[in-house]
Amino acid sequence: MSSLILFLLISVSLEQIVILHNRFNQLSHNSDVLRREDLRKIPDLACNPIQSQIVEAFFDERNFKKGGEGSVQEIGFEEFLTVMSYFRPPETHLTAEQKEEIRRTKMRFLFNMHDTDNDGTITLEEYRHVVEELLSRSGSLGKETAKSIADAAMLEVASISMGRMILKELEIETRMNIHFLNMDTTFFCK
Amino acid sequence: MLLSGRFYVPCGELSPAHQGWGQHDTMHDKTSLAQLNSKLKSFFPESALLIISGFILGGIVWGADKAQTFKLVPRNFFYFLLPQIILDTGYFMPNKLFFSNLGAILVHAVIGTCWNAAAVGISLWGCYLGGAMGNLQIGLLQFLLFGSLLAAVDPVAVIAVFEEVHVNEVLFIWVFGESLLNDGVTVVLYNVFDAFVSLGGEKINAGEIIKGIVAFGGSLIGVVFAILISLLTKYTGKVQIIEAGFIFVLGYLSYLTAEMLSLSAILSVTFCGVCCQKYVNANMDEKSVTAVRYAMKVFANGSETMIFVFLGVTAIDTDIWVWNTGFILLTLLFVLVYRFMGVFFLTWILNRYRLVPIELIDQIVMSFGGLRGAVAYGLAASLDETRIKEKNLMITTTLIVVYFTVILQGLTMKPLVKWLKVKRVSPTELKLIEKVNNRAFEHILAAMEDISGRIGDNWWTRGWKRFEDTYITWFLMKPEARKNRDYLFSIFHKLNLEDAINYVTEAEKRGSLAFLNQTDGTIVNFEKKLRFSGVMPDIMSELDFGNNNVQPTSVIQDTVPSVSLNIHEHEMKRMNEDFNAHHLLQQHLYRSRKNHRHKYSRSNFSINQSEDEVQEIFQRTMRSRLESFKSAKMGVTPAKKITKHPKKDPNHKMSNGKTTDKSKKHPYGDEDFEFSEADSAYSGDGGATGGSSQRRGTYTMGGVENPAFMPEMDTPPPPWVTEAEADTSVAPSQGAQRYLPWSPRNLHRLAPLRISDRSTDSFLMADAPATEESSEESPQQPSQRDAQGKANVSQSTGSKIKDRVPTMPDVKNNPTVQCQMGSENKTYCMSKGQHDVSRWPQQSAVISFGKNRAI
Repeated sequence: MSSLILFLLISVSLEQIVILHNRFNQLSHNSDVLRREDLRKIPDLACNPIQSQIVEAFFDERNFKKGGEGSVQEIGFEEFLTVMSYFRPPETHLTAEQKEEIRRTKMRFLFNMHDTDNDGTITLEEYRHVVEELLSRSGSLGKETAKSIADAAMLEVASISMGRMILKELEIETRMNIHFLNMDTTFFCK
Repeated sequence: MLLSGRFYVPCGELSPAHQGWGQHDTMHDKTSLAQLNSKLKSFFPESALLIISGFILGGIVWGADKAQTFKLVPRNFFYFLLPQIILDTGYFMPNKLFFSNLGAILVHAVIGTCWNAAAVGISLWGCYLGGAMGNLQIGLLQFLLFGSLLAAVDPVAVIAVFEEVHVNEVLFIWVFGESLLNDGVTVVLYNVFDAFVSLGGEKINAGEIIKGIVAFGGSLIGVVFAILISLLTKYTGKVQIIEAGFIFVLGYLSYLTAEMLSLSAILSVTFCGVCCQKYVNANMDEKSVTAVRYAMKVFANGSETMIFVFLGVTAIDTDIWVWNTGFILLTLLFVLVYRFMGVFFLTWILNRYRLVPIELIDQIVMSFGGLRGAVAYGLAASLDETRIKEKNLMITTTLIVVYFTVILQGLTMKPLVKWLKVKRVSPTELKLIEKVNNRAFEHILAAMEDISGRIGDNWWTRGWKRFEDTYITWFLMKPEARKNRDYLFSIFHKLNLEDAINYVTEAEKRGSLAFLNQTDGTIVNFEKKLRFSGVMPDIMSELDFGNNNVQPTSVIQDTVPSVSLNIHEHEMKRMNEDFNAHHLLQQHLYRSRKNHRHKYSRSNFSINQSEDEVQEIFQRTMRSRLESFKSAKMGVTPAKKITKHPKKDPNHKMSNGKTTDKSKKHPYGDEDFEFSEADSAYSGDGGATGGSSQRRGTYTMGGVENPAFMPEMDTPPPPWVTEAEADTSVAPSQGAQRYLPWSPRNLHRLAPLRISDRSTDSFLMADAPATEESSEESPQQPSQRDAQGKANVSQSTGSKIKDRVPTMPDVKNNPTVQCQMGSENKTYCMSKGQHDVSRWPQQSAVISFGKNRAI
């Protein structure tokens, strides 16, 4: 996977790296490292319901290299770039395997975001937590509703996957990921 | 909801029924034609079939009268047939898809249409000058006028053909959106050139052009009317019968207003539908929403049918046919060629800005989907004959172009799509998880944009959402509708409704509602839903495998696979039927205080439910819920004990330590003990592969019962309300739980839970948990526990029943006991591991008696 991340990284052009570096400096106030608070301070991000998870993804060792574990307190530009590169649109001229691998890598990223305790599965509490946060901004829906929605969703996964929870969860993320590919059309196209 | 799924594919599905609709008296032959030839329809698009039947019909009429009696009059077409089709498309427009592709759609609709009109007009003029058409009284402006009326892709034809083909959604929305929006351009061009032709080339001034461009203002009119409709439905709660009508009346009014101001009426009514749908659906009563949907579909399908039939009928008329080979063939050629060129060129430009480019095959299908239809004919027929001498030639040519595109291209569309292997949509079920994940995903993307400091699509989307949430919904929505407006929630609600409907349907199919009373309600329709029966053995084996991992040391394994549940269930059904029916009736019937007044009222359609009855239902529900809440609060749920028992199992010391550790670590570990524990407890002894199969077992436990159908509840409360017992009842959707019955573990704790959690019998409530507790904590003292159990029985159910309980054979006399036993036996085998299982049936017998007493 690390090679894949590398692969993703390679496809980020120099120009984009410069742009991102400027942004990095801006966020970290020209220091070498970025802390959680720096990210949390971004005004628009503050209103994001799943802000904590997203911020956490930047400090998650799993996203930097294969087999990493735990989280770090501060990241350098390299890590920042690595995480950003997950959102890199794929090149058009790729073999089917490469495409598949990239997709898997991206899925793994999303998966890790939900899998907070890093045990390779998204458990119900973890998922409940996500859904709760997700719905927390919509005001009228209480915690209980969020809980039951999470439960129902999770049961759906259980029923589709018929025992293959993890894989199927990923498969659902595949669908997401296709969106993902479509949606960040202009993400790096500056 | 059941309905909504059907609505996105109206023509293909509904057509046989609707075909009968538009044909009142004269068209009986067509109905039978279309209905009998389902095979024909599979490769013949409906629209083409309708046109051809129109030919036949016209032939018959002409044969009888020797004259053309019926034809498509432009006025009727534009005022009475078209509006409802466009309103329908607008109202059912997949908004998100539409707006996210709006840029591309507009490019195609505006530039593409202009290009088509100009290229066709000028090329024809060039060929005319070159002498390809002989001598015609026609000039450049008239050619351009002709080109502009032929330029626009026709929404009616596109819908009719593309909805049968099911291409992927981006492709669909591009073609479909273009066909809708290019009407604005068509109107502009048509009006401008019409004015030019009537004024003569010299008198053209800027005013005329501006007047033309303002036609796009039609969309503004539509938005205004959308706001009006939304506001109106905000206050129509008291007049539910007619609130559905407002949608149609105001929608039509928006069409007429735009037409009156000579703006683009199609744009107006499209935007009216697009903008109002969300608020209208939230404001109106669910019944009215359904009514609107159905009525809309009926109207749209009806007029669509009529349009195509009349297009066919119109052809059988000797007056309009003027043949000019050069003109007609060249027009056909140019229309086709320029469409291809336009699409390819514009898509090429757009692809440079797209991350995922539109592929070549998609472009081919898009070009090929440039169908011309009744709008073009309508425009051609409304040309002024005094100024345009070759009107009939134009009508003829337009008709031929229409027939060519609708019949030939429509006919070849499906094979082409198949042959090119165009990405198609696979009809998917509505899934909550998908929506939740998508929602999460949108937030992630937006956040990434924030972090990278870029203002992109997601930023705009979010900005709009925020604005909408704060101002627009406040302005246009009812306060109560605002409350549960959340999209995820509505999906959840829909799925729950669907479940409810499935439950009842299933129950009725089985002849009674008895099964609702069973503990394993999930069994309901897993057979039905499991389309691939071949999967079953796999699952079974996997399941066993999973169990092995779960209980590696357990001697008594569940050797009876869960299919046996089925057998049990059938047995039980027979035996229980009477009993359960009685039980059910007792529980669910209220003293009827209905006054059977059969009101005849035009404005009041509601069921005359008396206030008292509602009151009673409410009180009962509240009572039972309160009590269940109490028991949950006190923490005497036996489930806790049951699932925690591995702790006391000496053989599981290892996993025990882990269990406690982990669950402490978890922030949510306390209430949802089961999941955290099960997860962490087994992570030690199961490998990676084992882990995955266990997972299901552990998850499924939570969701076996749908609280909406708890027999103990007096009225099925909405699942989200009963969340006091959230840890036991997950309110899963039927879709979610359909496979669950396979895992024997899911029956785990149903019976004991129910009694203690939800029984309305207060003294039992005190007893049953106690029983459970004692039995849990002191499994080594079975005699004592037995005694206690018996004591309980006698206490709660009296001596008559007491005799039956302790001995197994007698238990069979009581159906409910047996039913509990069936499931209990199995579960405890599994979870209890080495404990003496034979006692458990008695235990459960106590419980089930408690339950019966509760009646």
